Amino acid sequence: MYVAVKGGETAIENAHAWLAEERRGATDIDELSIVQIREQLGLAVNRVMAEGSLYDPDLAALAIKQSRGDLIEAIFLIRAYRTTLPRFGYSNPVKTDEMACDRRISATFKDAPGGQVLGPTFDYTHRLLDFKLAAEGEVPAAPTAQPRTEATPHITEFLKGEDIIQDEPASDTTPGDLTREPMELPSNRPLRLQSLTRGDEGFVLGMAYSTQRGYARNHAFVGELRIGKVAVEMDIPELGFAIDIGEIELTECETVNQFKGSKTEPPQFTRGYGLVFGQSERKSIAMALVDRALRWEELGEDNLGAPAQDEEFVLSHADNIQATGFLEHIKLPHYVDFQSELELVRKLRREAEERITPKEAAE
Amino acid sequence: MTDQTYNSKATRQDWMGLLARAPESALMPLWDKYEVRPNFEWLRSPEVGGVMVRGRTGGTGARFNIGEMTVTRCSLVLQDGTVGHGYVQGRSKSKAQAAALIDALMQTSAAGAVHDQVIAPLEGQIQSARTDRASKAAATKVEFFTMVRGEDT
Repeated sequence: MYVAVKGGETAIENAHAWLAEERRGATDIDELSIVQIREQLGLAVNRVMAEGSLYDPDLAALAIKQSRGDLIEAIFLIRAYRTTLPRFGYSNPVKTDEMACDRRISATFKDAPGGQVLGPTFDYTHRLLDFKLAAEGEVPAAPTAQPRTEATPHITEFLKGEDIIQDEPASDTTPGDLTREPMELPSNRPLRLQSLTRGDEGFVLGMAYSTQRGYARNHAFVGELRIGKVAVEMDIPELGFAIDIGEIELTECETVNQFKGSKTEPPQFTRGYGLVFGQSERKSIAMALVDRALRWEELGEDNLGAPAQDEEFVLSHADNIQATGFLEHIKLPHYVDFQSELELVRKLRREAEERITPKEAAE
Repeated sequence: MTDQTYNSKATRQDWMGLLARAPESALMPLWDKYEVRPNFEWLRSPEVGGVMVRGRTGGTGARFNIGEMTVTRCSLVLQDGTVGHGYVQGRSKSKAQAAALIDALMQTSAAGAVHDQVIAPLEGQIQSARTDRASKAAATKVEFFTMVRGEDT
């Protein structure tokens, strides 16, 4: 039962005013601009776009500023904003094999055509705090070399020739859309991938880590990881043909997993897939591992009862906005609920005391 | 390129795609420099919306939804009846309007001038930014060499 209690308006207004002041911080320090956040905190921006499920770096940067750097709060703001946008349509599937790769590595094929391109990675840094960044200074220009002009094919293409890796035959079936109809279980792989790509990075990472530690073991290699820009193309009805409507940065991870074969499939390598907005490498690898673990039924593997194999468990808990909404609502006033609980406990206590007291009197 | 005809589908696809992808900060200075502003009427005034971006499982398989991106679109008609459409990434209504006007002008006798003063330099800027990233990526390509070890010589 809800009973409206008035009286908080002034307190709320004042709290919001103080929040704005705290957000600004000390006024003798320069205020952060949206473009500074967009350009210099790019990976936070990427995370907000991926989990907010809306690719717009400027909006994500604004959300980060508004939320004082609380990324889940920022994601919440983006999710709320995107519900106000009219839906113009659905793009054609992005052609990740035509990606302009900033980074492209394979843990399985040293000499893959196109090579191992490290890109702007934290890997191989010593993870020592760099106090030079505490001082302002010019950054030296990154070295350059003769750029590649040819396309960089997917590495799994090379294994396909040998028929030793599970195929991903093209299908143009219209996938379900979580933003249009709620998830129904059992789900399917396209819906799982949509759920995972917008899922909480920490949750998806934890789930993926659990598969590596032995819960539904499916030993994964990173067959390929690529980061770069792809064009987004959409059919425009009033034109009668498709045009590029923009260009987005994506991180794609394809894992190659051992597979002993099943009743229906010969021994071969199987695949897990991760595709995430922005440079989001950890999330993309984690997504691929969880995708692979959730495919146990389709591949005829045993259900080992592992959390990462449990579609309902993974998909129902991956969304940090649903999770935080339910979690944080318990801090809102529950005075009436609690009053009834209090009455109940007092009553039980009285009854218990009454039961004990006569017994003592008899002794 | 000035004497080329610009009415083929492929070419219109190219310039519309270029205008959609181009950062507003690159397009608008070129468009401002062009100066000519034909009269037009809105068929659809600029509106901001979302497009759901799709991928394929494993890069080649079944379609799935990744997430949305912001897009601004508008349509207009010039006095001679030429219709221009703007479909651009982001939320800038002025960029969408510029794109629609450029799309319309590229179908008229002004095509050569618009191409030379807006489309070609914009293409050049975008290509150069792309080459710049590709050059930095190329410099981080690993060049393996094998160390000889063990008894075999």
